[in-house]
Amino acid sequence: MKSLAELAAIKEKMQNKVVMREGSSDIRVVVGMATCGIAAGARPVLNAFVEEVNNEGLAGNVSVTQTGCIGICQYEPVVEIFEAGKEKVTYVKMTAEKAKEVVEKHLKGGNVVAEYTMPNA
Amino acid sequence: MKELSLNILDIAMNSVKAKADTVSITLTETDETFSMSISDNGCGMKKDFLETVTDPFSTTRTTRKVGMGIPFLKLAAEQTGGSFEIASKHESEYPDSHGTVTSAVFNKGNIDFTPLGDIVSTVTTLIQGSPDIHWIFSHITPKGEISLDTSELKEILGDVPLDNTEVILWIKGYLEETYSEIE
Repeated sequence: MKSLAELAAIKEKMQNKVVMREGSSDIRVVVGMATCGIAAGARPVLNAFVEEVNNEGLAGNVSVTQTGCIGICQYEPVVEIFEAGKEKVTYVKMTAEKAKEVVEKHLKGGNVVAEYTMPNA
Repeated sequence: MKELSLNILDIAMNSVKAKADTVSITLTETDETFSMSISDNGCGMKKDFLETVTDPFSTTRTTRKVGMGIPFLKLAAEQTGGSFEIASKHESEYPDSHGTVTSAVFNKGNIDFTPLGDIVSTVTTLIQGSPDIHWIFSHITPKGEISLDTSELKEILGDVPLDNTEVILWIKGYLEETYSEIE
């Protein structure tokens, strides 16, 4: 059973970490969560990013955030990845499976998964 | 929307956009009906906007001029022979009691009833996206009750934010376990 004691343990652990990771995240993953995104399946995509970033131990320098309609509803679920000093990467028609692959290859490995990016962009 | 939990996520996003600091999601089920109510203390809507809000061509969107969230929910409820209601008080007229309540009732036995689906993901998505909002979730079913109040979690967590990934995964696990206990 998940207990509140577990939550207190997470707190202890995080407070020790806070000292190490100051400043903002190096990489920002932004998931479009307006009606268009939600209807197209953005919720499992967001949750896959949150889970995989945690599983891969990337939570220290990758933040996963939500935004409204990005304006290309026909390509939803849309995910944008911002990294300091690099051009924005826009992934389109995402799924939870593709999200896992992006975490592995792009966020961890540093290689953009070109086949999932916005066509002609 | 494939699941009611997605409609709930979508409607609760309106509360986020309305800059609410407290949002309550209350689901009440009997053997025959499923009722939902999302209530916030956000900026609210003015009367003339409120009257047009169930029309898909009424929206706060800036990217295009069609808003489908509320019409989707209204349709989903009414197609089961249920009902939909939205009430709102705008901050300009009600500086101390503004906010919006969106509620819908569904007949579970109707063939067009959309199942609730993954409500746990909806709750974790909302908390992850807006960790500073006070979220109050409760789901009362004939078999038992599930509830989560983020102010109780914050008391334990102190400075650690609710959108910390380990905290979000704890909330997910906690809710999943509570649901499995009443099933």
